[in-house]
Amino acid sequence: MLNLVALILLFPLLGAAVNGLIGKRLQKEHVGYLACGVIGLSFLVSLLVFCGLLLLPPAERLFEKEVFCWIESGSFKSVVGLQVDPLSTLMILVVTGVGFLIHIYSIGYMHQDKGYHRYFSYLNLFTFSMLLLVLSNNFLLMFIGWEAVGLCSYLLIGFWFEKKSASNAAKKAFVVNRVGDFGFALGIMLIFLTFHSIDFTEVLSAASHGHFEAGSFTITIITLLLFMGATGKSAQIPLYTWLPDAMEGPTPVSALIHAATMVTAGVYMIVRCNALYMLSPFTMTVVASIGAVTALFAASVGLVQNDIKRVLAYSTISQLGYMFLACGVGAFTAGVFHLMTHAFFKALLFLGSGSVIHALSGEQDMRKMGGLRHHIPTTYKTFLIGTVAIAGIPPFAGFFSKDEILLESLTRGNFIYWSMGALAAFFTAFYMFRLLFMTFHGKSRLDHHAAEHLHESPRNMTLPLTVLAGLSLFGGFLGIPGASAIQHFLSPVLGGHGHTEISGAASGGHHGAGLPYLMMVVSTAIALGGIFLAYYLYIKKPELPKKLAERFRLIYKLLLNKYYVDEIYDVLFVNTTKKISAQILWKFVDVKMIDGSVNGIARLVRGFGNVLRLLQTGYIRNYAFYIVLGCIFVVVLAVFGK
Amino acid sequence: MITLTHYLVLSAILFTLGVVGVLIRRNAIIIFMCIELMLNAVNLSFVAFAHYLNSMQGQMFVIFVMTVAAAEAAVGLAIIVAVFRNKETVNIDDINIMKW
Repeated sequence: MLNLVALILLFPLLGAAVNGLIGKRLQKEHVGYLACGVIGLSFLVSLLVFCGLLLLPPAERLFEKEVFCWIESGSFKSVVGLQVDPLSTLMILVVTGVGFLIHIYSIGYMHQDKGYHRYFSYLNLFTFSMLLLVLSNNFLLMFIGWEAVGLCSYLLIGFWFEKKSASNAAKKAFVVNRVGDFGFALGIMLIFLTFHSIDFTEVLSAASHGHFEAGSFTITIITLLLFMGATGKSAQIPLYTWLPDAMEGPTPVSALIHAATMVTAGVYMIVRCNALYMLSPFTMTVVASIGAVTALFAASVGLVQNDIKRVLAYSTISQLGYMFLACGVGAFTAGVFHLMTHAFFKALLFLGSGSVIHALSGEQDMRKMGGLRHHIPTTYKTFLIGTVAIAGIPPFAGFFSKDEILLESLTRGNFIYWSMGALAAFFTAFYMFRLLFMTFHGKSRLDHHAAEHLHESPRNMTLPLTVLAGLSLFGGFLGIPGASAIQHFLSPVLGGHGHTEISGAASGGHHGAGLPYLMMVVSTAIALGGIFLAYYLYIKKPELPKKLAERFRLIYKLLLNKYYVDEIYDVLFVNTTKKISAQILWKFVDVKMIDGSVNGIARLVRGFGNVLRLLQTGYIRNYAFYIVLGCIFVVVLAVFGK
Repeated sequence: MITLTHYLVLSAILFTLGVVGVLIRRNAIIIFMCIELMLNAVNLSFVAFAHYLNSMQGQMFVIFVMTVAAAEAAVGLAIIVAVFRNKETVNIDDINIMKW
């Protein structure tokens, strides 16, 4: 069954090709069915592969399929090879499963768009790229997937490219990602120089078998460079700025980018390279710190945003911060677990917000919503489940994963990590319920126009919501502390580093055996506190937030303008780059040096030509004379040359 | 006794006359005749070799050369006539537009 793995990649690629090439001539229905069908098939094959993997004993759960040799040059060899192991299987299940639901949802959401086939073609290609990224068995092929994901995000964020803001956002996403990718590419080159291979199995086994000392300089540089790539793709400080702007794309695209594909790539890559990261305590500290700071930073910005999708965008950044925090303290399982549950509830929340926007004919400002729960009941119910899940109330999915991360950050990390994570969790609960209350509760603040057209979304949009709500409800049970199925499943990949429970229990011993349970109570209390505050401010005393904003104007403005990071980046990087480009690269390097040398060569050739053309007299006699000279020369050479 | 050398020397003299004629004369007709002279000089050496080596190949080549020469004469003369109609001259110093 594992041999089928190439089909998982083939189906979406086929869908993308057909829809991209002849989609214009197909009927709209067929385009949609085709796009969903290929992802559905991909999902089924993924399930088969998953079952095939389960049949093997845990220690042998690694299957590599070499499709063909791509580059072979000296000692460098790169194959197009696929790798099936618990980690990649989990990823393909999430990508195809959640991706499939998003595809179905898109049929309803995009039905009026004139770029229907283009949209689905991109969507398929996006899924393909992500699958390629997670299935590859070496760094270079992963890099291809990595870049292709970036390309697809560019295409989809700028899907409505007639809008200036959309095309700008697409460019921003592409360029910011490129910065990270640069680091990633350098990291791969350094890996080849160090390990003489770019194959995951070879590199990671060399790393974990102690050929390198812990804290070795080269490994630290490699991991830092790889992490630089991860900060770009997974939207961490300092390269997160593209993600909020990525909201310009269609809402299902946001769901796809934020839940199933793209942003999880960085986390996946770090977990994949866990053996490398474990060798570099310094990098681990960097990863954990950046994760914790990002979680808190993004959550604080989310507190005051008014655009429904923007709140969710900052929430994604914040949740990704959690995953990096988990990876940084060595709790890779917890990171992957949160990745999975986050995929469920964030896809649900984005699709739910899309359903709200759809119902309101394109309105995204929460100040113009309110009281929607009676009008769009299914969306409301599912959205409520998603909100509770992300806030971390037991027994919803988000609770288990977030609680595990917080616990690990305390037992393996230190109190600072924990307090930042806990504060971010408090913020999360607050802003998510703020969003819920502002959108679905209270008095209606709708426009007249929007109120008239208010309607619940069609079945093909609510069905994915319901399925995702179910997953958000029950997904957490895969990782119940003490009997964690996911941890057991992933342990072959995470090797000696994945024994969360053992070390957790061991270090838990210092803090008392009841610590995990105490932590559960504490994190639930934190979440409830956030919810209560949101309830108090937005239901009980709706006039209070405004007063608070007046009172703390400075902080409010700072948060509302996202700490002015975009503006600072503009001054520091964007404008500087523009100036350097215009003054030095354009006016000097390009005009003077490049154009100058090209024109110089042309002038030189023309000068020679001017001299040489004098040979062409036009007198046949002269030409005949040259011929005779030539003949004499040849004869002389033949006779005396020897 | 007339040896091969005599024939070859004669052939070389005729050929050189032809070359020099092509190079220094102005009249296209004369140049044309000089070219024919060169061809025939070559023919002479072919025949001489054929005789002294007892081979038919040389004589065969002469036939070919004469055929080509005849065709060339027809085409060449036609060109000269055409040029004369255009420029009213066959002085090749006046026919020099084949340049930059």
